[in-house]
Amino acid sequence: MAHADSLAHDDHHDHKPHGIGRWLFATNHKDIGTMYLVFALAMFLLGGFMAMLIRLELFKPGLQFFDPGFYNSLVTSHALVMIFGGVMPAFVGLANWMVPLQIGAPDMALPRMNNYSFWILPFAFTLLLSSFFTAGGGPAGGWTLYPPLSLQAGTSFPLTIFAIHLMGASSIMGAINVIVTILNMRAPGMTLLRLPLFCWTWLITAYLLIAVMPVLAGAVTMLLTDHYFGTSFFNPAGGGDPVMFQHIFWFFGHPEVYILILPAFGIVSEIIPTFSRKPLFGYDAMVYATASIAFLSFIVWAHHMFTVGMPLAGQMFFMMSTMLIAVPTGVKVFNWTTTMWRGSLSFEPPMLFALAFLFLFSIGGFSGLMLAIAPADYQYQDTYFVVAHFHYVLVPGAVFAIMAGVYYWLPKWTGRMYSMALAKWHFWLSTISVNVLFFPQHFLGLAGMPRRIPDYSVQFTDWNMVSSIGGFAFGVSQLLFVAAIIHGVWYGKPATAKVWDAGVHGLEWTLPSPAPYHSFEEAPEIH
Amino acid sequence: MAQAETTTSEGKYYVPHASPWPIFGSVSLFVLMAGAALTLEDSGAGPSLLTLGLVLVFALFFGWFRTVINESEAGAYNLNVDRSFRMGMSWFIFSEVMFFAAFFGSLFYARQLALPWLSGAGSKHLTSELLWNHFEAHWPSNGPGLLGPRADGSFKTIPAMGVPALNTLLLLSSGVTVTIAHHALRANNRRVLKVFLALTFLLGFLFVFLQAREYHEAYTELGLQLGTGIYGSTFFLLTGFHGLHVTIGAIMLLVIWLRVMKGHFTPDRHFAFEGVAWYWHFVDVVWLGLYIFVYWL
Repeated sequence: MAHADSLAHDDHHDHKPHGIGRWLFATNHKDIGTMYLVFALAMFLLGGFMAMLIRLELFKPGLQFFDPGFYNSLVTSHALVMIFGGVMPAFVGLANWMVPLQIGAPDMALPRMNNYSFWILPFAFTLLLSSFFTAGGGPAGGWTLYPPLSLQAGTSFPLTIFAIHLMGASSIMGAINVIVTILNMRAPGMTLLRLPLFCWTWLITAYLLIAVMPVLAGAVTMLLTDHYFGTSFFNPAGGGDPVMFQHIFWFFGHPEVYILILPAFGIVSEIIPTFSRKPLFGYDAMVYATASIAFLSFIVWAHHMFTVGMPLAGQMFFMMSTMLIAVPTGVKVFNWTTTMWRGSLSFEPPMLFALAFLFLFSIGGFSGLMLAIAPADYQYQDTYFVVAHFHYVLVPGAVFAIMAGVYYWLPKWTGRMYSMALAKWHFWLSTISVNVLFFPQHFLGLAGMPRRIPDYSVQFTDWNMVSSIGGFAFGVSQLLFVAAIIHGVWYGKPATAKVWDAGVHGLEWTLPSPAPYHSFEEAPEIH
Repeated sequence: MAQAETTTSEGKYYVPHASPWPIFGSVSLFVLMAGAALTLEDSGAGPSLLTLGLVLVFALFFGWFRTVINESEAGAYNLNVDRSFRMGMSWFIFSEVMFFAAFFGSLFYARQLALPWLSGAGSKHLTSELLWNHFEAHWPSNGPGLLGPRADGSFKTIPAMGVPALNTLLLLSSGVTVTIAHHALRANNRRVLKVFLALTFLLGFLFVFLQAREYHEAYTELGLQLGTGIYGSTFFLLTGFHGLHVTIGAIMLLVIWLRVMKGHFTPDRHFAFEGVAWYWHFVDVVWLGLYIFVYWL
C-alpha cells in the first residue's frame, strides 16, 4: 500500500495525480464532482435519446416503430435514467464542487466514501440497462414498479431491483458525506445562518435522502421476496395488499421529488441575487421555507393515489396537506421576485436560465395544485396532464436550474469563460422548444389522453405532433449545451476570480479561477 | 499520492490519500448483484458469479478496514476526522432505522388496514362480498387464501414468552456488557474491557444461534414459513433482517475485540469502539420493537 510512504513524507501541496488513477482512485472533491457531472450529462443525453424515441412513436396514432413492450421499456428506463442517473448525480456533482468552496473547507469530509458513491453509479446503470439485452427486454412496469405488473417482468426484474439497491446505497453515502461536510467542515465564523442557500438546500435534501432511500430499498426488497420467495406483501390471497406497495413507494417517492427540486431552489437563490446586484430578500425565510417543504413532503404521499379507493378522511387529509406546500413554495417564489425588485438586472446565461426556472417551475407548481384537488384528480389521474405537470417541474425546473448552475460556476471550475452567444442560443432554443414540447400535453391530458401508451385515438393527433416537434427541437438544442461546455473548457477566454464583475457574494469567489486543487488549505476568516 | 494536511485555528484538516478500495468495492458490488440476479433467474453463471461477488466483498471489507485501521494506528486522524466519522456513523444508523421502518410500516398496514378491508370493514363491503366472501380478519393471519405449507392452511406462531423472551434478555444483557466494556476502556482497565467485550459478542452469537433454532422449528413443525401469508412474510423479513444485523454487529464486536487484544484504542480515542457500540444498541432497540409488535401483541 502506498499509504505508508505518503504518511512518511508529509507532502503538503497540490500535486495532482496523473493518468487514469487520478479518476479511478480519486479522493479530490473537484475530480469526483467532475466525474459526477460528466456522468450526469451522459445519462441526460441517453435519457433524452429515449425520450425522443418515445416522441417519435407518438408522432402519429397507430403503432409506428416499436412494439408496446419495448415502448413501455423506453418509458420506464427514461424515467429511471433521468431521475437516478441525470438529475440526482448532477446535484451531487454540483455539491461536490461547490459545498467545500462555499463553506471554506479543503475537501469533502469523507473523500473515499465520496469516490465509492460515485463509482457505484456507472455499475448500477450497467446492471439496469443490460436488462434490455435479456429475455423479456428491459424493465417495462413503469419507474414506480407497481405490483402485480412489475412482478411479471423477465430477467429485467432482479436486475432493476438490484440496480435500485445500488443507486440507493450510492445516494445514501453521498448524502451522509454532504451532511457531515456541512456540519463539520465549515470555516470558523461560518455559522449555520450564514451558510449559502445552496448548502442549506443541500443539507435538507441530504436529510431527505437518508430518510427515504432506505424505505425504497425496503419496498423493492418486498417485491423481490414476493417474486422469488413466496411472501405475500402485495398479494391479497395471503392477506397483503398491492396498494400497500404504493403507500410505501410514495412515502419514498414524494420526498424524492423534493430531493429533485430543493438543490435547484438553492442554485436559483445563489444566481438571482448576483445578477440583481442585491442580497437575497428574506434569507431566513428561505431557510425556514425549505425546511417546511421538507417536513411537509413526509405527510403528503397519498396524493399520488387518490383513485385507489382510500377512505374519505385519508383523501381529505392528503389533499389539505398537499395544498399547504403552496405556502412555503410561494414564500420562495415571492422572495426571488422581491430580490429582483428595483435591482440592477443583467441577463447573462445563468440569470436567463434562473428566470425561465422561476416562470416555468411556477407553471408546474400551479398544475400541481390542480392535481392536489382530490375530486378533480379523479379526472386527471394517469393522463398526459400529469406528464405535463411533472415535466414542467423537472425539465424547466430541476434541469434548467442545473444548467443555470453550470453556466454560473463553470468559469470558476475551469478558469475560462464560455461563449455567451452559444449559451444564449442554447437558452432561447431550449426555452421555446421545451414549452412547445410540454405545454400541449396539458391539453391532451385534459381531453383524456392516458399516459404510458404507444398508440392513441386520432383526435389527439395534432397536439401530439406539436409536442413531438418540440421534443426533437429540445433534444437537438442540448447539443449546443455540450458545444458551449466543450468550447468553453478548451477555447474560452480566461475568467477573473470574481467571474461576474458585480454582485457576487460568497467564499467561492475569493479563490482564483480555476479554483486550486485543494480548495481552502487555510480556513478563511468569515465576517 | 496527494495528501494535504493544513493547519487552521481549529487544528488540522486531513485529506486522505487516494485509494483503490472504492473502485474495487464498486466492481465487487456489481459482480455480487449480477450474480444474485442471475442466480434468482436460474441462469448457469449465476451461482459462481455470486460466490465470486461474496469473496470480493469480503476482501473489500478486509482490505479497506485494514487500510483505515493502519492509518488510524499511525496517528493520521485528528479530532476533526474523528468527528466526521462519528457524524457519518450516526447518520448511517438513522438510514438503517428507516430501512426497518418500511417493514414495520407494512406490518402495521397489513394488520390494521389491509386485513380488515379484506373482510369488509369500512367502505369495503363489496370487496369482501365479491372477492373473499366469509373471510374474517384476525391476527395472526395467512390471508383469505390460507397460504402456507399445510394443506388445511393452519400454522402456529412462536409464543412470546418462550425463546423470544430469553433472546430479549440476552440482547439487553449484551447492551449492559458493552457499556461496562466501554467504561473499562475509558478507565484504561484493559482486563475488564477484554472480558466484557468478549461476553458481548458471545451473547450476540448465542442470540443468532437461538434464532436459527427457532426458524428451524417454525419451518419444520409450526407450518410457519416465508410463504405463510402476510404473517410469515412480515415475521421472517423483520426478524430475518434483524438477525442479519445482529450477525453483522457481532462480527463487528469480534473485530474490535481482536483490535483490543492487539492493544488498539486509548481511553480518549476509540471511535471504532463507540461506532460499533452504537450499532449494537441500535439492533437492541429494533429487537424491542420486534418483540413487542411481532411476538407479543
